[in-house]
Amino acid sequence: MFRRLPEIETAPNAAAQAVAFTIDGRPASARAGDSVAAALLANGVTACRNTPVSGAARGPYCMMGVCFDCLVTIDGTGNRQGCQVRVAPGMAVETQNGKREVER
Amino acid sequence: MSAPNPKFDFDIAVVGSGPAGLAAAALAASKGASVVLLDEQAEPGGQIYRAVTETPVRDRKVLGPDYWHGAELLGPLRDSGAVHWPGTTVWSVARPREDAGDGHRPIQIGLSRNGSAAMLTVRHVILATGALERPFPIPGWTLPGVLGAGAAQVLLKTSGLVPSGATVMAGSGPLLWLLAWQYLQAGARIDAILDTTPKQNWRAALPLLPGFLRSPYLGKGMKLMLDVRRKLTVIGNVTALRAEGDGALKSVVYTRNGTEHRLPADTLLLHQGVIPNLNLANATGCAQRWDGQQRCWRPTTDDWGATSVEGVSLAGDGAGIGGARAAEEAGRLAALDALHRLGRIGREQRDQSAVPVRTALDRALTGRAFLDTLYTPAEAFRVPADDTIVCRCEEITAGAVREAVRLGCSGPNQAKSFLRCGMGPCQGRLCGPTVTEVIAAERGVSPAEVGYYRLRPPVKPITLAELAALPKTAADIDAVFKH
Ligand SMILES: Cc1cc2nc3c(=O)[nH]c(=O)nc-3n(C[C@H](O)[C@@H](O)[C@H](O)COP(=O)(O)OP(=O)(O)OC[C@H]3O[C@@H](n4cnc5c(N)ncnc54)[C@H](O)[C@@H]3O)c2cc1C
Ligand code: FES
Repeated sequence: MFRRLPEIETAPNAAAQAVAFTIDGRPASARAGDSVAAALLANGVTACRNTPVSGAARGPYCMMGVCFDCLVTIDGTGNRQGCQVRVAPGMAVETQNGKREVER
Repeated sequence: MSAPNPKFDFDIAVVGSGPAGLAAAALAASKGASVVLLDEQAEPGGQIYRAVTETPVRDRKVLGPDYWHGAELLGPLRDSGAVHWPGTTVWSVARPREDAGDGHRPIQIGLSRNGSAAMLTVRHVILATGALERPFPIPGWTLPGVLGAGAAQVLLKTSGLVPSGATVMAGSGPLLWLLAWQYLQAGARIDAILDTTPKQNWRAALPLLPGFLRSPYLGKGMKLMLDVRRKLTVIGNVTALRAEGDGALKSVVYTRNGTEHRLPADTLLLHQGVIPNLNLANATGCAQRWDGQQRCWRPTTDDWGATSVEGVSLAGDGAGIGGARAAEEAGRLAALDALHRLGRIGREQRDQSAVPVRTALDRALTGRAFLDTLYTPAEAFRVPADDTIVCRCEEITAGAVREAVRLGCSGPNQAKSFLRCGMGPCQGRLCGPTVTEVIAAERGVSPAEVGYYRLRPPVKPITLAELAALPKTAADIDAVFKH
């Protein structure tokens, strides 16, 4: 579980920095500059996906593009590294079950 | 790209915009070479100076003065006229076997930018790809809620995020202490630090202490550690660790003096040092060797950073861990040598310009051997027990690797075909060092003899659509497929 530092919540530009997006269809809010992985953690979502091999839940581990445990579906495209993509207004982020689906 | 396109043709490409890459690109471009600086991150800074231009953490005491030094590297880069392409992943560096018909064989760089692939031609490449956290395989390390300490630091720097529930940090090394200190400054919660530094490391490190006492970091490091020890619960001599939970982390189990203890935890931050991020150098064909002191593979270079591949040099932590200040100076040395090789400066000018840089580099490396020895991770954490997952991508355990060795698997490359270990998208970044050590221990030989994965471009998965959209000359195809 992660929280934002108070100095950021109360900063004068905090409202302007807010980004509205969705997680599995539910409305959520992040901050401009957040990666998708950070935005998920800030919203209390620690698991991004289930592995194709055993079905185990996984969440971001390295935050630097190395581990590929942050894979999610972003705006319909599967297998994107959540820690390497910035959250954008209106973005639809979906947690990912098993293998990437064909056509996604 | 049949006719040379100035937009895709440079004298020098620098891969990585951490301290090494920033310094290298700025110096090379300031001497008139055309330079492109490529990095997959959206902002310059590398790992240490992550988000330095736009971090939401404005209270400067939280990240500390070392962090803000990063901003000083950006002005010279801007003034130098180097072209900077953030958000660009380099997946291949290769020199085509045949020349273009004019006697020249420029190096080709495959990159991915905004979802499409492109090829650059350059005459020299400086790889400044930095470090990654050494894998810390313990039972349960794949549970959501378990992250690297470096990962947590990225969350702090880029997003101002800190843990909120029960938080345990575990492992050893300077970065763990630095993060704990930064969390203290930020008022974040830490329930305990489990220190896994083996007691006997002190005995090995003591003879190296005099060097460390001359180190510029000594004062800083001591103050930071004392601060942390005064204000937080630090539990030393931890010899075994396990993360437990069903689908998410619930508790951390640790062994101290032969007794097991359990701590509730929502977040566990693991760290046992950093190792060179050598995938690109390895896939480019640069020779590498086992470093017994740092217990990792490192590409072989001369004292200018030149590798075994003509036209390819290395700078910074990617060539061996030396820290941010050393990385910066190594970047300058690589740039001077590249300028010399391209005929922009003479040998004498190169050597003379290098004198103050080498002095600064030596100073930055003073005391390093002490830290490397003191913070060598315990064997139990480098060579995990059978039930521990080593390859996160393919979910292969240490036990499965040992079983494969008993069936005749002699090294990491064979482990790939036996087990698919290292075949996942991370391409061995998180299992490679562990697989080498597990096989070496099981066979009773040195890691140097066991070897490492032979990697191939692309070093990061790219989509077929990206590849298909590439303008293809014979040389392009050669660079990607016949390497
Ligand atoms: C997560 C993490 C946090 C760290 N935090 C600190 C810290 O706070 N203080 C400290 O003293 N040390 C820290 N270190 C150690 C650190 O690596 C420094 O010593 C320093 O950042 C090294 O500088 P560098 O220029 O060699 O590489 P880095 O700063 O690591 O920069 C390398 C850059 O190369 C880029 N890159 C790598 N591969 C590719 C590719 N294929 N294509 C495009 N770009 C690529 C990366 O995105 C990165 O920006 C940290 C290490 C890690 C792994
Ligand atoms: S968290 Fe490791 S790749 Fe994104």
